[in-house]
Amino acid sequence: MKMLPPALRPRPKKPGIKPAKNGNGSGNGAAVDENGKKSKPPLKERAKPVVDGAAEAGVGTIGWVDERSGLTPFLRGFMYRKVPKGINWFQTLGAATMFAFAAQAVTGVFLAMYYDPNPTEAYESAARITNELFLGEFVRGMHRWGASVMIVLIFLHMGRTFFYGAYKYPRELNWIIGVVLLILTMVMGLTGYLLPFDQRSFWATEVAVALTGSGPMIGPYLGDFLRGGAEFGPATLTRFYALHMLLVPGLIAALIGAHLYLVVKLGITAPPWLKAEKRRELSEEEI
Amino acid sequence: MNRQEKEQYLREYSLLKNQGKSFFPYAVIKDSFMAVLVMAVIIFMALLLGAELGPKADPTTTDFVPRPEWYFFFLFELLRVVKPPELVVMATVGIPTICMVLLILLPFIDRNPERNPLKRPIATLAGITTIGAMAYLTLLGALAGTPTVIELETKPQFEAGRDVAAQSGCLACHQIGENGNSGPGPNLTDIAERLPRQAIERTLLNPTSPMPSYQALKDEQPEKFDDLVGYLGSLRETE
Ligand code: HEC
Ligand code: HEM
Repeated sequence: MKMLPPALRPRPKKPGIKPAKNGNGSGNGAAVDENGKKSKPPLKERAKPVVDGAAEAGVGTIGWVDERSGLTPFLRGFMYRKVPKGINWFQTLGAATMFAFAAQAVTGVFLAMYYDPNPTEAYESAARITNELFLGEFVRGMHRWGASVMIVLIFLHMGRTFFYGAYKYPRELNWIIGVVLLILTMVMGLTGYLLPFDQRSFWATEVAVALTGSGPMIGPYLGDFLRGGAEFGPATLTRFYALHMLLVPGLIAALIGAHLYLVVKLGITAPPWLKAEKRRELSEEEI
Repeated sequence: MNRQEKEQYLREYSLLKNQGKSFFPYAVIKDSFMAVLVMAVIIFMALLLGAELGPKADPTTTDFVPRPEWYFFFLFELLRVVKPPELVVMATVGIPTICMVLLILLPFIDRNPERNPLKRPIATLAGITTIGAMAYLTLLGALAGTPTVIELETKPQFEAGRDVAAQSGCLACHQIGENGNSGPGPNLTDIAERLPRQAIERTLLNPTSPMPSYQALKDEQPEKFDDLVGYLGSLRETE
Protein backbone atom coordinates (compact mmCIF):
# COMPACT_ATOMS: atom_id res chain seq x y z
CA MET A 1 0.00 0.00 0.00
CA LYS A 2 2.97 2.22 0.44
CA MET A 3 3.48 2.18 -3.31
CA LEU A 4 0.03 3.44 -4.23
CA PRO A 5 -0.35 7.06 -5.35
CA PRO A 6 -2.64 9.09 -3.11
CA ALA A 7 -5.67 8.91 -5.37
CA LEU A 8 -5.59 5.13 -5.43
CA ARG A 9 -5.22 4.59 -1.71
CA PRO A 10 -8.33 3.39 0.04
CA ARG A 11 -10.60 6.02 1.45
CA PRO A 12 -10.03 6.90 5.11
CA LYS A 13 -13.24 5.08 5.95
CA LYS A 14 -11.71 1.62 5.66
CA PRO A 15 -8.56 1.94 7.72
CA GLY A 16 -10.70 3.79 10.22
CA ILE A 17 -13.42 1.23 10.55
CA LYS A 18 -11.40 -1.93 10.57
CA PRO A 19 -9.45 -1.39 13.77
CA ALA A 20 -12.64 -0.11 15.35
CA LYS A 21 -14.42 -3.37 14.66
CA ASN A 22 -11.58 -5.54 15.81
CA GLY A 23 -10.66 -3.55 18.87
CA ASN A 24 -13.23 -1.33 20.52
CA GLY A 25 -16.21 -3.15 19.19
CA SER A 26 -18.94 -1.35 17.24
CA GLY A 27 -21.32 1.31 18.39
CA ASN A 28 -19.88 4.31 16.58
CA GLY A 29 -22.67 4.66 14.07
CA ALA A 30 -21.94 8.37 13.65
CA ALA A 31 -20.38 10.16 10.68
CA VAL A 32 -17.73 8.18 8.95
CA ASP A 33 -15.24 11.02 8.98
CA GLU A 34 -15.37 11.34 12.70
CA ASN A 35 -15.10 7.65 13.04
CA GLY A 36 -11.93 7.68 10.97
CA LYS A 37 -10.32 10.34 13.09
CA LYS A 38 -11.20 8.80 16.38
CA SER A 39 -9.96 5.33 15.74
CA LYS A 40 -6.40 6.45 14.92
CA PRO A 41 -5.25 4.79 11.73
CA PRO A 42 -1.55 3.82 11.59
CA LEU A 43 0.80 6.81 11.56
CA LYS A 44 1.83 6.29 7.97
CA GLU A 45 -1.74 6.62 6.79
CA ARG A 46 -2.50 9.60 8.93
CA ALA A 47 0.50 11.58 7.80
CA LYS A 48 -0.78 11.79 4.28
CA PRO A 49 -3.58 14.19 3.37
CA VAL A 50 -5.79 11.50 1.97
CA VAL A 51 -8.86 12.98 3.55
CA ASP A 52 -8.49 16.25 1.64
CA GLY A 53 -8.45 14.49 -1.71
CA ALA A 54 -11.54 12.56 -0.79
CA ALA A 55 -13.30 15.64 0.48
CA GLU A 56 -12.73 17.58 -2.73
CA ALA A 57 -13.72 14.64 -4.89
CA GLY A 58 -16.90 14.77 -6.84
CA VAL A 59 -16.75 18.53 -7.17
CA GLY A 60 -17.39 18.48 -10.89
CA THR A 61 -15.68 16.47 -13.54
CA ILE A 62 -12.23 17.87 -12.88
CA GLY A 63 -12.37 16.72 -9.29
CA TRP A 64 -13.62 13.32 -10.38
CA VAL A 65 -10.80 12.83 -12.86
CA ASP A 66 -8.23 14.24 -10.50
CA GLU A 67 -9.20 11.95 -7.67
CA ARG A 68 -8.58 8.99 -9.95
CA SER A 69 -5.49 10.26 -11.74
CA GLY A 70 -3.69 12.67 -9.46
CA LEU A 71 -3.12 14.90 -12.48
CA THR A 72 -3.46 18.28 -10.79
CA PRO A 73 -0.16 18.28 -8.90
CA PHE A 74 1.58 17.16 -12.08
CA LEU A 75 -0.04 19.89 -14.18
CA ARG A 76 0.64 22.45 -11.49
CA GLY A 77 4.29 21.47 -11.44
CA PHE A 78 4.39 21.67 -15.21
CA MET A 79 2.71 25.03 -15.59
CA TYR A 80 4.23 26.84 -12.62
CA ARG A 81 7.77 25.60 -13.02
CA LYS A 82 10.24 28.40 -13.45
CA VAL A 83 11.92 29.23 -16.70
CA PRO A 84 15.26 31.03 -16.29
CA LYS A 85 15.50 34.72 -16.82
CA GLY A 86 16.16 36.04 -20.30
CA ILE A 87 14.13 33.37 -22.14
CA ASN A 88 13.49 34.75 -25.59
CA TRP A 89 11.63 34.15 -28.81
CA PHE A 90 14.22 31.76 -30.23
CA GLN A 91 13.26 29.42 -27.44
CA THR A 92 9.72 29.09 -28.73
CA LEU A 93 10.94 27.33 -31.87
CA GLY A 94 10.73 23.87 -30.29
CA ALA A 95 7.14 24.45 -29.31
CA ALA A 96 6.47 25.82 -32.79
CA THR A 97 7.87 22.59 -34.29
CA MET A 98 5.55 20.65 -32.04
CA PHE A 99 2.53 22.64 -33.22
CA ALA A 100 3.51 22.00 -36.82
CA PHE A 101 3.66 18.29 -36.04
CA ALA A 102 0.25 18.45 -34.38
CA ALA A 103 -1.17 20.22 -37.43
CA GLN A 104 0.31 17.49 -39.64
CA ALA A 105 -1.30 14.83 -37.45
CA VAL A 106 -4.74 16.44 -37.69
CA THR A 107 -4.71 17.12 -41.43
CA GLY A 108 -3.17 13.68 -41.95
CA VAL A 109 -6.09 11.99 -40.21
CA PHE A 110 -8.53 13.75 -42.53
CA LEU A 111 -6.54 12.77 -45.60
CA ALA A 112 -6.39 9.17 -44.39
CA MET A 113 -10.19 9.06 -44.33
CA TYR A 114 -10.27 9.41 -48.11
CA TYR A 115 -6.91 8.12 -49.27
CA ASP A 116 -6.55 4.62 -50.63
CA PRO A 117 -3.06 3.08 -50.59
CA ASN A 118 -3.89 0.55 -53.27
CA PRO A 119 -1.60 1.31 -56.25
CA THR A 120 -4.43 1.23 -58.74
CA GLU A 121 -6.52 3.58 -56.59
CA ALA A 122 -3.97 5.79 -54.89
CA TYR A 123 -3.72 8.41 -57.59
CA GLU A 124 -7.48 8.44 -58.15
CA SER A 125 -8.17 8.88 -54.46
CA ALA A 126 -5.64 11.71 -54.27
CA ALA A 127 -7.30 13.29 -57.30
CA ARG A 128 -10.71 12.92 -55.66
CA ILE A 129 -9.45 14.61 -52.52
CA THR A 130 -7.96 17.43 -54.56
CA ASN A 131 -10.77 18.04 -57.02
CA GLU A 132 -14.04 16.82 -55.59
CA LEU A 133 -13.96 16.83 -51.83
CA PHE A 134 -15.17 19.88 -49.95
CA LEU A 135 -12.02 21.73 -48.83
CA GLY A 136 -10.05 18.72 -50.04
CA GLU A 137 -7.35 20.64 -51.82
CA PHE A 138 -7.09 22.99 -48.85
CA VAL A 139 -6.45 20.15 -46.42
CA ARG A 140 -3.98 18.53 -48.80
CA GLY A 141 -2.29 21.88 -49.19
CA MET A 142 -2.07 22.33 -45.45
CA HIS A 143 -0.53 18.91 -45.05
CA ARG A 144 1.89 19.48 -47.87
CA TRP A 145 3.09 22.94 -46.90
CA GLY A 146 2.86 22.07 -43.24
CA ALA A 147 5.60 19.52 -43.92
CA SER A 148 7.85 22.24 -45.30
CA VAL A 149 7.05 24.51 -42.37
CA MET A 150 7.88 21.75 -39.91
CA ILE A 151 11.21 21.05 -41.62
CA VAL A 152 12.13 24.74 -41.54
CA LEU A 153 11.16 25.00 -37.88
CA ILE A 154 13.01 21.86 -36.83
CA PHE A 155 16.21 23.13 -38.45
CA LEU A 156 15.78 26.54 -36.84
CA HIS A 157 15.18 24.90 -33.48
CA MET A 158 18.26 22.75 -33.93
CA GLY A 159 20.29 25.80 -34.88
CA ARG A 160 19.07 27.56 -31.75
CA THR A 161 20.07 24.71 -29.47
CA PHE A 162 23.41 24.50 -31.27
CA PHE A 163 24.34 28.16 -30.93
CA TYR A 164 23.13 28.28 -27.33
CA GLY A 165 25.33 25.33 -26.48
CA ALA A 166 22.18 23.66 -25.17
CA TYR A 167 23.52 20.24 -26.18
CA LYS A 168 26.09 20.39 -23.39
CA TYR A 169 25.87 18.92 -19.90
CA PRO A 170 23.30 17.99 -18.66
CA ARG A 171 21.26 18.05 -21.88
CA GLU A 172 23.29 15.73 -24.12
CA LEU A 173 20.61 13.07 -24.16
CA ASN A 174 17.99 15.55 -25.29
CA TRP A 175 20.18 16.59 -28.20
CA ILE A 176 20.49 12.94 -29.25
CA ILE A 177 16.74 12.44 -29.07
CA GLY A 178 16.48 15.61 -31.15
CA VAL A 179 18.75 14.24 -33.87
CA VAL A 180 16.62 11.09 -34.05
CA LEU A 181 13.53 13.30 -34.34
CA LEU A 182 15.18 15.20 -37.18
CA ILE A 183 15.95 11.99 -39.05
CA LEU A 184 12.41 10.67 -38.50
CA THR A 185 10.96 13.95 -39.73
CA MET A 186 12.99 13.66 -42.90
CA VAL A 187 11.74 10.08 -43.26
CA MET A 188 8.19 11.42 -43.03
CA GLY A 189 8.96 13.79 -45.89
CA LEU A 190 10.40 10.98 -47.96
CA THR A 191 7.62 8.44 -47.37
CA GLY A 192 4.85 10.99 -47.76
CA TYR A 193 6.15 12.19 -51.08
CA LEU A 194 5.26 8.90 -52.78
CA LEU A 195 1.67 8.69 -51.58
CA PRO A 196 -0.11 10.93 -54.14
CA PHE A 197 1.48 8.59 -56.70
CA ASP A 198 1.87 11.11 -59.44
CA GLN A 199 4.89 11.25 -61.72
CA ARG A 200 6.92 13.45 -59.42
CA SER A 201 6.40 11.25 -56.43
CA PHE A 202 7.04 8.07 -58.32
CA TRP A 203 10.30 9.03 -59.97
CA ALA A 204 11.76 10.87 -57.01
CA THR A 205 11.01 7.93 -54.74
CA GLU A 206 12.40 5.46 -57.24
CA VAL A 207 15.72 7.30 -57.13
CA ALA A 208 15.63 7.76 -53.35
CA VAL A 209 15.02 4.06 -52.75
CA ALA A 210 17.73 3.14 -55.25
CA LEU A 211 20.11 5.41 -53.36
CA THR A 212 19.23 3.73 -50.09
CA GLY A 213 19.80 0.36 -51.68
CA SER A 214 23.25 1.38 -52.86
CA GLY A 215 24.54 1.77 -49.33
CA PRO A 216 27.11 -0.64 -48.00
CA MET A 217 26.16 -3.51 -45.70
CA ILE A 218 22.56 -2.86 -44.65
CA GLY A 219 21.88 -0.70 -47.74
CA PRO A 220 20.54 -3.48 -49.99
CA TYR A 221 18.39 -4.90 -47.20
CA LEU A 222 16.99 -1.49 -46.39
CA GLY A 223 16.29 -0.88 -50.06
CA ASP A 224 14.47 -4.20 -50.39
CA PHE A 225 12.57 -3.53 -47.20
CA LEU A 226 11.35 -0.15 -48.46
CA ARG A 227 10.43 -1.50 -51.87
CA GLY A 228 8.80 -4.60 -50.43
CA GLY A 229 10.89 -6.76 -52.77
CA ALA A 230 13.57 -6.41 -55.38
CA GLU A 231 11.38 -4.34 -57.69
CA PHE A 232 9.50 -1.13 -57.16
CA GLY A 233 5.95 -2.44 -57.14
CA PRO A 234 2.53 -2.42 -55.50
CA ALA A 235 4.01 -3.50 -52.17
CA THR A 236 6.15 -0.37 -52.14
CA LEU A 237 3.19 1.95 -51.87
CA THR A 238 1.50 0.09 -49.03
CA ARG A 239 4.81 -0.07 -47.18
CA PHE A 240 5.38 3.63 -47.48
CA TYR A 241 1.79 4.17 -46.37
CA ALA A 242 2.24 2.07 -43.24
CA LEU A 243 5.52 3.78 -42.41
CA HIS A 244 4.11 7.22 -43.04
CA MET A 245 0.86 6.65 -41.19
CA LEU A 246 1.74 4.46 -38.26
CA LEU A 247 5.31 3.62 -37.49
CA VAL A 248 7.15 6.88 -37.99
CA PRO A 249 4.54 9.26 -36.54
CA GLY A 250 4.17 6.92 -33.57
CA LEU A 251 7.88 7.04 -32.96
CA ILE A 252 7.94 10.80 -33.38
CA ALA A 253 5.10 11.29 -30.91
CA ALA A 254 6.77 9.04 -28.35
CA LEU A 255 10.12 10.75 -28.76
CA ILE A 256 8.57 14.20 -28.50
CA GLY A 257 7.18 12.98 -25.18
CA ALA A 258 10.65 11.94 -24.01
CA HIS A 259 12.13 15.17 -25.36
CA LEU A 260 9.65 17.31 -23.44
CA TYR A 261 10.03 15.23 -20.31
CA LEU A 262 13.73 16.00 -20.33
CA VAL A 263 13.11 19.69 -21.07
CA VAL A 264 10.87 19.93 -18.03
CA LYS A 265 13.14 17.85 -15.85
CA LEU A 266 16.38 19.62 -16.72
CA GLY A 267 14.92 23.05 -17.34
CA ILE A 268 15.40 25.08 -20.48
CA THR A 269 18.77 26.81 -20.87
CA ALA A 270 19.10 30.50 -20.24
CA PRO A 271 20.65 32.48 -23.10
CA PRO A 272 24.36 31.68 -22.62
CA TRP A 273 25.50 35.29 -22.45
CA LEU A 274 23.46 35.88 -19.30
CA LYS A 275 24.92 35.49 -15.83
CA ALA A 276 22.98 35.17 -12.64
CA GLU A 277 22.86 38.53 -10.89
CA LYS A 278 24.32 38.05 -7.44
CA ARG A 279 27.04 35.80 -8.53
CA ARG A 280 28.56 37.95 -11.23
CA GLU A 281 31.94 38.66 -9.56
CA LEU A 282 32.16 35.27 -7.98
CA SER A 283 31.76 33.34 -11.16
CA GLU A 284 34.29 35.45 -12.98
CA GLU A 285 36.80 34.85 -10.26
CA GLU A 286 36.24 31.17 -10.48
CA ILE A 287 36.98 31.13 -14.20
CA MET B 1 33.46 19.04 -18.58
CA ASN B 2 34.91 17.89 -15.33
CA ARG B 3 32.98 17.50 -12.14
CA GLN B 4 33.73 20.97 -10.87
CA GLU B 5 32.59 22.58 -14.10
CA LYS B 6 29.41 20.54 -14.02
CA GLU B 7 28.64 21.61 -10.49
CA GLN B 8 29.40 25.20 -11.28
CA TYR B 9 27.04 25.06 -14.24
CA LEU B 10 24.25 23.52 -12.22
CA ARG B 11 24.68 26.13 -9.48
CA GLU B 12 24.71 29.01 -11.94
CA TYR B 13 21.71 27.55 -13.71
CA SER B 14 19.63 27.13 -10.59
CA LEU B 15 20.30 30.77 -9.73
CA LEU B 16 19.25 31.87 -13.21
CA LYS B 17 16.17 29.75 -12.86
CA ASN B 18 15.29 31.23 -9.51
CA GLN B 19 15.60 34.69 -10.98
CA GLY B 20 13.34 33.69 -13.84
CA LYS B 21 9.61 33.69 -14.28
CA SER B 22 6.88 31.11 -14.16
CA PHE B 23 6.34 29.05 -17.31
CA PHE B 24 2.65 29.90 -17.10
CA PRO B 25 1.73 32.46 -18.29
CA TYR B 26 4.97 34.09 -19.43
CA ALA B 27 6.36 31.35 -21.70
CA VAL B 28 2.91 30.03 -22.56
CA ILE B 29 1.92 33.37 -24.07
CA LYS B 30 4.91 33.35 -26.40
CA ASP B 31 4.39 29.71 -27.33
CA SER B 32 0.71 30.34 -28.06
CA PHE B 33 1.57 33.28 -30.23
CA MET B 34 3.97 31.03 -32.16
CA ALA B 35 1.25 28.38 -32.50
CA VAL B 36 -1.10 30.93 -34.05
CA LEU B 37 1.65 32.17 -36.34
CA VAL B 38 2.54 28.65 -37.48
CA MET B 39 -1.10 27.87 -38.23
CA ALA B 40 -1.52 31.16 -40.07
CA VAL B 41 1.52 30.51 -42.23
CA ILE B 42 0.39 26.98 -43.07
CA ILE B 43 -3.14 28.11 -43.92
CA PHE B 44 -1.84 31.01 -45.96
CA MET B 45 0.49 28.76 -47.94
CA ALA B 46 -2.23 26.18 -48.47
CA LEU B 47 -4.60 28.83 -49.81
CA LEU B 48 -1.98 30.51 -51.94
CA LEU B 49 -0.11 27.51 -53.30
CA GLY B 50 -2.75 24.80 -53.17
CA ALA B 51 -1.79 21.19 -53.67
CA GLU B 52 -0.96 20.36 -57.22
CA LEU B 53 -1.30 16.81 -58.42
CA GLY B 54 0.73 15.96 -61.47
CA PRO B 55 -0.09 13.29 -64.02
CA LYS B 56 -0.48 9.78 -62.69
CA ALA B 57 2.65 7.80 -61.95
CA ASP B 58 3.62 5.83 -65.02
CA PRO B 59 6.71 3.62 -64.86
CA THR B 60 6.78 3.41 -68.65
CA THR B 61 7.16 7.09 -69.38
CA THR B 62 10.56 8.38 -70.18
CA ASP B 63 10.10 12.11 -70.09
CA PHE B 64 10.21 12.53 -66.37
CA VAL B 65 13.13 13.96 -64.48
CA PRO B 66 13.32 12.82 -60.88
CA ARG B 67 13.16 15.78 -58.60
CA PRO B 68 12.89 15.49 -54.82
CA GLU B 69 11.12 17.77 -52.39
CA TRP B 70 13.10 20.96 -51.80
CA TYR B 71 14.43 19.93 -48.41
CA PHE B 72 16.29 17.06 -50.02
CA PHE B 73 17.92 19.31 -52.62
CA PHE B 74 21.10 19.59 -50.60
CA LEU B 75 21.51 15.82 -50.62
CA PHE B 76 20.70 15.62 -54.30
CA GLU B 77 23.19 18.35 -55.10
CA LEU B 78 25.84 16.54 -53.14
CA LEU B 79 25.47 13.85 -55.78
CA ARG B 80 26.37 16.28 -58.49
CA VAL B 81 29.31 17.82 -56.73
CA VAL B 82 30.94 14.42 -56.40
CA LYS B 83 31.92 13.36 -59.90
CA PRO B 84 34.02 10.18 -59.99
CA PRO B 85 31.57 7.26 -60.19
CA GLU B 86 33.46 5.21 -57.64
CA LEU B 87 32.82 7.97 -55.12
CA VAL B 88 29.10 8.28 -55.83
CA VAL B 89 28.13 5.84 -53.10
CA MET B 90 30.32 7.86 -50.78
CA ALA B 91 28.33 10.99 -51.60
CA THR B 92 24.88 9.46 -51.51
CA VAL B 93 25.20 7.28 -48.47
CA GLY B 94 28.55 8.02 -46.89
CA ILE B 95 28.28 11.75 -46.36
CA PRO B 96 24.73 11.75 -44.92
CA THR B 97 25.64 8.87 -42.62
CA ILE B 98 28.78 10.63 -41.44
CA CYS B 99 26.79 13.81 -40.87
CA MET B 100 24.19 11.96 -38.81
CA VAL B 101 26.83 10.24 -36.70
CA LEU B 102 28.66 13.53 -36.17
CA LEU B 103 25.41 15.21 -35.13
CA ILE B 104 24.62 12.49 -32.63
CA LEU B 105 28.14 12.58 -31.22
CA LEU B 106 28.32 16.37 -31.09
CA PRO B 107 27.88 16.62 -27.30
CA PHE B 108 30.82 14.25 -26.86
CA ILE B 109 33.01 15.93 -29.46
CA ASP B 110 32.53 19.45 -28.20
CA ARG B 111 33.49 19.21 -24.53
CA ASN B 112 34.22 22.86 -24.06
CA PRO B 113 32.23 24.06 -21.01
CA GLU B 114 31.77 27.50 -22.59
CA ARG B 115 28.29 28.06 -24.01
CA ASN B 116 28.37 31.60 -25.30
CA PRO B 117 28.52 31.40 -29.12
CA LEU B 118 30.86 34.39 -29.23
CA LYS B 119 33.33 32.69 -26.91
CA ARG B 120 33.58 29.42 -28.76
CA PRO B 121 34.52 30.57 -32.24
CA ILE B 122 35.33 27.14 -33.67
CA ALA B 123 31.93 25.65 -32.94
CA THR B 124 30.14 28.80 -34.07
CA LEU B 125 32.12 28.99 -37.30
CA ALA B 126 31.55 25.29 -37.98
CA GLY B 127 27.83 25.81 -37.46
CA ILE B 128 27.69 28.82 -39.75
CA THR B 129 29.73 27.04 -42.41
CA THR B 130 27.43 24.02 -42.31
CA ILE B 131 24.34 26.19 -42.60
CA GLY B 132 25.95 28.15 -45.42
CA ALA B 133 26.89 25.01 -47.32
CA MET B 134 23.42 23.53 -46.95
CA ALA B 135 21.79 26.76 -48.04
CA TYR B 136 24.11 27.00 -51.03
CA LEU B 137 23.44 23.41 -52.10
CA THR B 138 19.69 23.92 -51.67
CA LEU B 139 19.86 27.05 -53.81
CA LEU B 140 21.84 25.22 -56.49
CA GLY B 141 19.22 22.48 -56.46
CA ALA B 142 16.43 25.00 -56.75
CA LEU B 143 18.05 26.79 -59.66
CA ALA B 144 19.16 23.69 -61.54
CA GLY B 145 16.92 23.51 -64.53
CA THR B 146 15.97 20.20 -66.00
CA PRO B 147 17.30 20.28 -69.54
CA THR B 148 15.30 18.40 -72.12
CA VAL B 149 17.25 19.23 -75.26
CA ILE B 150 20.45 17.75 -76.60
CA GLU B 151 22.13 20.08 -79.03
CA LEU B 152 24.92 17.71 -79.99
CA GLU B 153 24.93 17.12 -83.78
CA THR B 154 24.05 13.60 -84.79
CA LYS B 155 23.38 11.60 -87.94
CA PRO B 156 19.74 11.71 -89.11
CA GLN B 157 19.12 8.03 -88.36
CA PHE B 158 19.90 8.65 -84.66
CA GLU B 159 17.78 11.77 -84.22
CA ALA B 160 14.77 9.85 -82.92
CA GLY B 161 16.99 8.22 -80.29
CA ARG B 162 18.48 11.57 -79.39
CA ASP B 163 15.02 12.93 -78.65
CA VAL B 164 14.21 9.93 -76.48
CA ALA B 165 17.43 10.49 -74.53
CA ALA B 166 16.71 14.19 -74.18
CA GLN B 167 13.24 13.58 -72.82
CA SER B 168 14.07 10.62 -70.61
CA GLY B 169 15.62 12.53 -67.77
CA CYS B 170 19.12 11.21 -68.48
CA LEU B 171 20.34 14.81 -68.49
CA ALA B 172 19.46 15.17 -64.82
CA CYS B 173 22.43 12.97 -64.07
CA HIS B 174 24.50 12.82 -67.25
CA GLN B 175 26.11 15.31 -69.56
CA ILE B 176 25.73 14.77 -73.30
CA GLY B 177 27.65 17.33 -75.33
CA GLU B 178 27.01 20.73 -73.82
CA ASN B 179 23.74 19.76 -72.16
CA GLY B 180 22.88 18.13 -68.89
CA ASN B 181 24.46 17.99 -65.49
CA SER B 182 27.98 16.81 -64.99
CA GLY B 183 27.07 14.42 -62.20
CA PRO B 184 26.35 12.06 -60.54
CA GLY B 185 26.50 9.92 -63.66
CA PRO B 186 29.50 9.90 -66.01
CA ASN B 187 29.61 12.05 -69.11
CA LEU B 188 27.93 10.18 -71.97
CA THR B 189 29.28 12.31 -74.83
CA ASP B 190 31.64 9.56 -75.90
CA ILE B 191 30.05 6.61 -74.18
CA ALA B 192 30.35 4.34 -77.22
CA GLU B 193 34.13 4.59 -76.96
CA ARG B 194 33.94 3.00 -73.54
CA LEU B 195 31.00 0.64 -73.78
CA PRO B 196 29.76 -1.58 -76.58
CA ARG B 197 26.09 -1.44 -77.51
CA GLN B 198 25.16 -4.52 -75.53
CA ALA B 199 26.81 -3.17 -72.42
CA ILE B 200 24.90 0.08 -72.77
CA GLU B 201 21.68 -1.85 -73.11
CA ARG B 202 22.57 -3.90 -70.06
CA THR B 203 23.28 -0.73 -68.11
CA LEU B 204 19.88 0.69 -68.99
CA LEU B 205 18.12 -2.47 -67.91
CA ASN B 206 20.24 -3.24 -64.86
CA PRO B 207 21.89 -0.02 -63.81
CA THR B 208 23.89 0.57 -60.74
CA SER B 209 22.16 2.81 -58.28
CA PRO B 210 21.21 5.65 -58.24
CA MET B 211 20.39 5.35 -61.93
CA PRO B 212 16.83 4.06 -62.38
CA SER B 213 16.16 1.03 -64.55
CA TYR B 214 14.60 1.57 -67.96
CA GLN B 215 13.31 -2.00 -68.19
CA ALA B 216 9.76 -0.68 -68.32
CA LEU B 217 10.57 1.41 -71.40
CA LYS B 218 11.85 -1.70 -73.18
CA ASP B 219 8.73 -3.65 -72.27
CA GLU B 220 6.24 -0.97 -73.21
CA GLN B 221 7.86 0.89 -76.08
CA PRO B 222 10.56 -1.35 -77.57
CA GLU B 223 11.15 0.88 -80.62
CA LYS B 224 11.89 3.90 -78.48
CA PHE B 225 14.21 1.84 -76.35
CA ASP B 226 16.06 0.56 -79.41
CA ASP B 227 16.35 4.12 -80.74
CA LEU B 228 17.83 5.20 -77.43
CA VAL B 229 20.37 2.39 -77.36
CA GLY B 230 21.22 3.04 -80.99
CA TYR B 231 21.79 6.69 -80.29
CA LEU B 232 24.01 6.03 -77.30
CA GLY B 233 25.92 3.47 -79.32
CA SER B 234 26.69 6.20 -81.85
CA LEU B 235 28.20 8.60 -79.37
CA ARG B 236 31.89 8.70 -80.19
CA GLU B 237 34.46 11.39 -80.04
CA THR B 238 34.28 13.40 -83.24
CA GLU B 239 37.39 14.93 -84.65
C1 HEC C 1 19.32 9.50 -61.11
C2 HEC C 1 20.44 9.75 -61.94
C3 HEC C 1 20.55 9.04 -63.30
C4 HEC C 1 19.65 9.05 -64.34
C5 HEC C 1 18.27 9.72 -64.38
C6 HEC C 1 20.26 8.33 -65.42
N1 HEC C 1 21.48 7.85 -65.03
FE1 HEC C 1 22.78 6.75 -66.16
N2 HEC C 1 24.02 6.58 -64.57
C7 HEC C 1 23.88 7.24 -63.37
C8 HEC C 1 25.03 6.96 -62.54
C9 HEC C 1 25.27 7.47 -61.11
C10 HEC C 1 25.85 6.09 -63.28
C11 HEC C 1 27.17 5.48 -62.83
C12 HEC C 1 26.88 4.13 -62.23
C13 HEC C 1 28.13 3.35 -62.00
O1 HEC C 1 29.11 3.92 -61.58
O2 HEC C 1 28.10 2.14 -62.25
C14 HEC C 1 25.20 5.90 -64.54
C15 HEC C 1 25.73 5.11 -65.57
C16 HEC C 1 25.23 5.09 -66.85
C17 HEC C 1 25.85 4.43 -67.96
C18 HEC C 1 27.15 3.65 -67.90
C19 HEC C 1 28.25 4.65 -68.06
C20 HEC C 1 29.63 4.06 -67.89
O3 HEC C 1 30.58 4.78 -68.24
O4 HEC C 1 29.75 2.94 -67.39
C21 HEC C 1 25.06 4.64 -69.07
C22 HEC C 1 25.28 4.14 -70.50
C23 HEC C 1 23.94 5.45 -68.63
N3 HEC C 1 24.07 5.70 -67.29
C24 HEC C 1 22.93 5.87 -69.45
C25 HEC C 1 21.81 6.56 -69.02
C26 HEC C 1 20.71 6.91 -69.87
C27 HEC C 1 20.63 6.63 -71.37
C28 HEC C 1 19.78 7.52 -69.09
C29 HEC C 1 18.41 8.06 -69.51
C30 HEC C 1 17.55 7.14 -70.17
C31 HEC C 1 20.30 7.57 -67.75
N4 HEC C 1 21.54 6.98 -67.73
C32 HEC C 1 19.66 8.13 -66.66
C33 HEC C 1 22.82 8.04 -62.97
C34 HEC C 1 21.69 8.28 -63.74
C1 HEM D 1 9.87 16.88 -33.74
C2 HEM D 1 10.79 17.73 -33.52
C3 HEM D 1 11.09 18.48 -32.21
C4 HEM D 1 10.21 18.97 -31.28
C5 HEM D 1 8.70 18.90 -31.29
C6 HEM D 1 11.01 19.61 -30.26
C7 HEM D 1 10.48 20.26 -29.14
C8 HEM D 1 11.23 20.92 -28.19
C9 HEM D 1 10.72 21.82 -27.20
C10 HEM D 1 9.26 22.24 -27.05
C11 HEM D 1 11.78 22.25 -26.46
C12 HEM D 1 11.72 23.29 -25.34
C13 HEM D 1 12.61 24.47 -25.64
C14 HEM D 1 12.35 25.17 -26.92
O1 HEM D 1 11.18 25.29 -27.32
O2 HEM D 1 13.33 25.62 -27.57
C15 HEM D 1 12.96 21.57 -26.93
C16 HEM D 1 14.23 21.68 -26.41
C17 HEM D 1 15.38 21.10 -26.92
N1 HEM D 1 15.48 20.46 -28.16
FE1 HEM D 1 13.93 19.96 -29.32
N2 HEM D 1 12.34 19.46 -30.55
C18 HEM D 1 12.44 18.78 -31.75
C19 HEM D 1 13.60 18.46 -32.43
C20 HEM D 1 14.89 18.70 -31.95
C21 HEM D 1 16.10 18.53 -32.71
C22 HEM D 1 16.16 18.12 -34.18
C23 HEM D 1 17.15 18.84 -31.86
C24 HEM D 1 18.63 18.84 -32.16
C25 HEM D 1 19.26 17.90 -32.74
C26 HEM D 1 16.58 19.18 -30.59
C27 HEM D 1 17.32 19.49 -29.45
C28 HEM D 1 16.80 20.08 -28.32
C29 HEM D 1 17.57 20.43 -27.14
C30 HEM D 1 19.09 20.19 -26.92
C31 HEM D 1 16.68 21.06 -26.26
C32 HEM D 1 17.00 21.66 -24.88
C33 HEM D 1 17.17 23.10 -25.14
C34 HEM D 1 17.34 23.93 -23.89
O3 HEM D 1 17.21 23.39 -22.79
O4 HEM D 1 17.63 25.11 -24.10
N3 HEM D 1 15.20 19.10 -30.68
N4 HEM D 1 12.59 20.76 -28.01
